[in-house]
Amino acid sequence: MRFLAHVDVRLRHGIADPEGATILRALPALGFDSVASVESGRSFRVELDAADLEGARSMAASLADRLLANPVIEESVIEVEPLG
Amino acid sequence: MSASIGVVVFPGTNCEHDAVAAVDALGGEGRLIFHTDTSIGDVDGLILPGGFAHGDYLRPGAIARFSPIMEAVRAFAEAGGPVVGICNGFQVLCEAHLLPGALQKNRGLTFLCQPSTLEVASTSSVLTAGSTIGDRLSVPINHFSGSYTCDIDTLRALAEQDRIVLRYADNPNGSIDSIAGIANEAGNVVGLMPHPERAVSALLGSEDGAVLLRSFLDAAASASVG
Repeated sequence: MRFLAHVDVRLRHGIADPEGATILRALPALGFDSVASVESGRSFRVELDAADLEGARSMAASLADRLLANPVIEESVIEVEPLG
Repeated sequence: MSASIGVVVFPGTNCEHDAVAAVDALGGEGRLIFHTDTSIGDVDGLILPGGFAHGDYLRPGAIARFSPIMEAVRAFAEAGGPVVGICNGFQVLCEAHLLPGALQKNRGLTFLCQPSTLEVASTSSVLTAGSTIGDRLSVPINHFSGSYTCDIDTLRALAEQDRIVLRYADNPNGSIDSIAGIANEAGNVVGLMPHPERAVSALLGSEDGAVLLRSFLDAAASASVG
């Protein structure tokens, strides 16, 4: 079966996020005065084949941990849905 | 005898010729090794130079780590061979887990290209064995993701095992504990963000990088004899 994994990679709590901070500082120039915080990150959509949802989840978690995210500074949140 | 130094070239590496020129100027023999090679040949030491390996896609060093040559680099490092990763090369060594921690974006999201003052914090590495603790060296930096970070247990281990080899005098990028360079436990693998190969001649503004690279060449030459 084919699945679609959404992998959301974000910085771990406590790791500096200068990109988010810079975007936050730029928003008031557009009139957005009430934005409290911005966190930057990356999102990946990965199509993969697996026997079942559990297998797809486990593969997505493994590839996120081994390549998409650097566990020293990042963590990933994964959602998997069947495709087709 | 002069040391033969392999300089590893990934797609997007751009400091390989500077590294070879510096090695040659200091009496070694630099030669390029390509990322698709699976053997490093009979070199006595390895430099992973600066640049943007594989476009820095995903994260600096994240893709380079899977290059065919990296198996041979790992084997050489684990056998005690002298390896130094400069700038992008440091990022590659961290992603390859040959060194702990990671390099994150500079504090303030600023690309830094300037001279930096380094202080030698340990002489227990192939790169700093020829210098003296407390030596101040002017060596340029040129990076966007150079802010070293690691968890607190790793930082404690680095300090206790004398593996923090270089610190910034003014910490321009926000690195934890002002770290500019670290070594592995054996001291034969070193990573640093500053570019010693760009500071080997007064014409370049500083020759302070020479003491570091000379030490590396000496380690490589004696490793080859042993």
